[in-house]
Amino acid sequence: MPTTSTFAAQIHHLYKDYVLGGETVHALRDVSFDVPLGDYISIMGPSGSGKSTLLNLLGCLDRPTAGNFLLGEDDVSQFSDDELAETRATRIGFIFQSYNLLPALSVVENIEVPLYYSGRLNPAARARCRELADMVGLGPRLEHRPSQLSGGQQQRVAIARSLVNDPRFILADEPTGNLDSKTTSEILELLARLNAEGRTIIIVTHEPDVAEQTQRTIVLRDGQILSDERR
Amino acid sequence: MATWIRTIQLSVKSLLLHPLRSGLTVLGIFIGVASVIWLLAIGEGIGQKAQQQYASLGVQNIIVRTIKPSSDEVGDAGYGLTRNDFVRLVATVPTIEEALPIRVLSQEFRHKTRHFEGRLVGCTPQYAEVTALKQDFGRFISDADLDGERNYCVLAAESSGRLFPSGNSLGKQIMIDDEFYVVVGVMKPRAPSAGIGGSLAAEDFSRDVYVPITTLWRRIGDMVVVTKPGTFQRDINEISQITIRVDDRDRVLQTADIVRNTVAQEHTLADFGLTVPLELLQQAETTRLMFMLFLGMIAAISLVVGGIGIMNIMLATVTERTHEIGIRRALGAKRRDITRQFLVESTVLSIVGGLLGILGGLSCRHLSLLLRRALEHWFPTQMEALPDLVRTIEPQLVSWSIPLAFSISVVVGVVFGVYPALRAARLDPIEALRHE
Repeated sequence: MPTTSTFAAQIHHLYKDYVLGGETVHALRDVSFDVPLGDYISIMGPSGSGKSTLLNLLGCLDRPTAGNFLLGEDDVSQFSDDELAETRATRIGFIFQSYNLLPALSVVENIEVPLYYSGRLNPAARARCRELADMVGLGPRLEHRPSQLSGGQQQRVAIARSLVNDPRFILADEPTGNLDSKTTSEILELLARLNAEGRTIIIVTHEPDVAEQTQRTIVLRDGQILSDERR
Repeated sequence: MATWIRTIQLSVKSLLLHPLRSGLTVLGIFIGVASVIWLLAIGEGIGQKAQQQYASLGVQNIIVRTIKPSSDEVGDAGYGLTRNDFVRLVATVPTIEEALPIRVLSQEFRHKTRHFEGRLVGCTPQYAEVTALKQDFGRFISDADLDGERNYCVLAAESSGRLFPSGNSLGKQIMIDDEFYVVVGVMKPRAPSAGIGGSLAAEDFSRDVYVPITTLWRRIGDMVVVTKPGTFQRDINEISQITIRVDDRDRVLQTADIVRNTVAQEHTLADFGLTVPLELLQQAETTRLMFMLFLGMIAAISLVVGGIGIMNIMLATVTERTHEIGIRRALGAKRRDITRQFLVESTVLSIVGGLLGILGGLSCRHLSLLLRRALEHWFPTQMEALPDLVRTIEPQLVSWSIPLAFSISVVVGVVFGVYPALRAARLDPIEALRHE
C-alpha cells in the first residue's frame, strides 16, 4: 500500500446530489479514482455526465454530498468555506476555457493573484512570477493587459498563474476550447512539457484530440465512471 | 500591512477602469463634504458677526434709554429718564459699578460765520472709553469740568473740520444755543457702527460735540423746542440714556431686572427701555447653535445622498464584476477577501471625495468673495436690498468641521459599502464563475 504522499489526490466513493425544483438530481454516483503524482489525466463525457460537477469538486469549489476527497493527507470534503479557499489558493492550479484573467491587471500581476490570496506575496515570489512568465514565453510582455494579448498568450498567462503556488495538481477546464488548432497544439505541448517536468495535470475536455495527448482518460456517463484507461 | 497596500492599489486600479463612474461617485461625496464645511463656515460667520455686534455694546453693560411716547400721551409734561432715576439707581442698586448718564440733542453749532447741525452730547468723562472714542488733540471732558459745570466742549473729527477748516481748533470758542464753549479736545474719526446708543442701529459719531452733562443741564436745560412749519413742540427730557456697568458678569441679568423695576416705580408712561447686550449675546449664541445644527443637518443629508450614490455604484459594480469575483474566489480569495476588496473600494471613493471636499471647503472664503462680487456686478439693485448681515457675510472656517466632514465621509464610505461588499462575498463561486 503506497503512502498518501505518492498521490496528488484520491477520490473515494464520491456522491453529489443537487435539489433542482424539488427533485433530487444525482450528479455524481460513487465515483472513485486515484491521481498519482505526475499523472496526466483527461476527463471526458457528454454534457450532463457530471463532468462539471466533478471539476468543481476537484477544484475545491464545492463539497461532495458523500465520500472523501483526499488532497495529500487532508480530507477536503470536510473543509469549511475558508479552508476550501485556502486550498484553492495554495494547492490547486486552475486553467479555464475562457482564460479568466483579471482585465485590470497586467500579466505579472495576474500571475501574482493566488500568491496575494495565500498571503505569500514577497519579493522572492515576485521574481518567481517573472520566471514563470518567461517560461511560458511572455517575458517581454510582463506589463501588458490581457486585452492586449491574443487568446493563446492569455492562456499562457493562465498557465503561469496556475503554477505560481507550486500546486499538487493543475486542473484545466477545456483549456483549448477557445483556441485555433495551431495555438491548441502549442498549449498542449506546453502542458505536456509541464507534465514531463513532473507536474500532475487533470484536463476536463470533450475533444478526443486533446484526450489523446494525455496518459489516461476517464470517461463519465450519468454521474458514474464508464471507463478509466491508461494509454 | 503589505496586503492592505496591495488591496488599496488594486482597488484604485479597478476604480480607474471606470473613471467617469468613479468620478461622479466621488463628486457626490465631494459635494457633501464641501457643503458641511461651507455651511458650518457660513453659519459661524453670521454668528460671529452678530456676536461681535452685541459684544461691542459691552457684555457687562445694561443700557437704559428714554423712549419718546406719542406726543398726545406726553402733552406738555416731561418724559423719559430723570436725574431722580439716575440718583435712585446709583443709590439703591449695589451691583452697579458705574452709571453714566447721557443726554443727546440736535443742535446747531457756530463759529463766526460757519455753522452746522449736529449732535450735542452731554456726557461724563467715561463716555469716550465706553464708546471707544480715541483722542486726537487735547483732552476729553474731565471730572473737574463736570463738577464745575464748565463751558468746555470736545469736538468730533468732522465737527472740528466743519467749524475750523484751517485746522487747529483747540482753545477756540464755539457757540451753542447762544453761549460760548471753549474747545478743549478733538477726537479721532470713528467709523459709524452699532454703538452704545442702545439701539442696534448704526450710530454716527462724526458730527458730535461733547460737553459735560452738568453744563448741558444747567445751560441748555431739559426743554428743547422743536419748530416745524405751522407748529412747534416742546420736548422735556432730562436724560437720554444711562449706561450701567455691572460689577460682575454673572449678576448682569439679575441687575437688569432690578434696574427695570426701580425705574418703573416712578414712571407711569412706557417711556424707557432696557437693552442688555449679554442677553442679546446669549440669544445670538442660541440662534447661532440652532443655525449651525440646521445647516449641519442639510449638509448631513447631502452626505447621505452621496453615500447612497456610493452604494448604488458599488451594487452595480458587484453585478457587473460577478465574473471577476468568481475568478478571484476560484484563485483562493476567501469571502472576507472579497468583502475587504469592495469595502476598500468604496472607502477609497469616499476618502478621495472627502479630501477633495476639504480642499473645496477651504476655498470657501475666496469663493464666497468671488460670488459676492459677481452678484454685485450682475444684480446690483437686488444686492443693495439685502440686509447688511447677509450682504457682507464672511464665512469663518470652523476648524473642527474639517476632521468632522472627513470622518463622516469615511464612515459613509464604509457604511454604504458594507451591503454591496457582503453581497459580493456571498456570491457562490461556481455561479459567479459561470456568470458572463
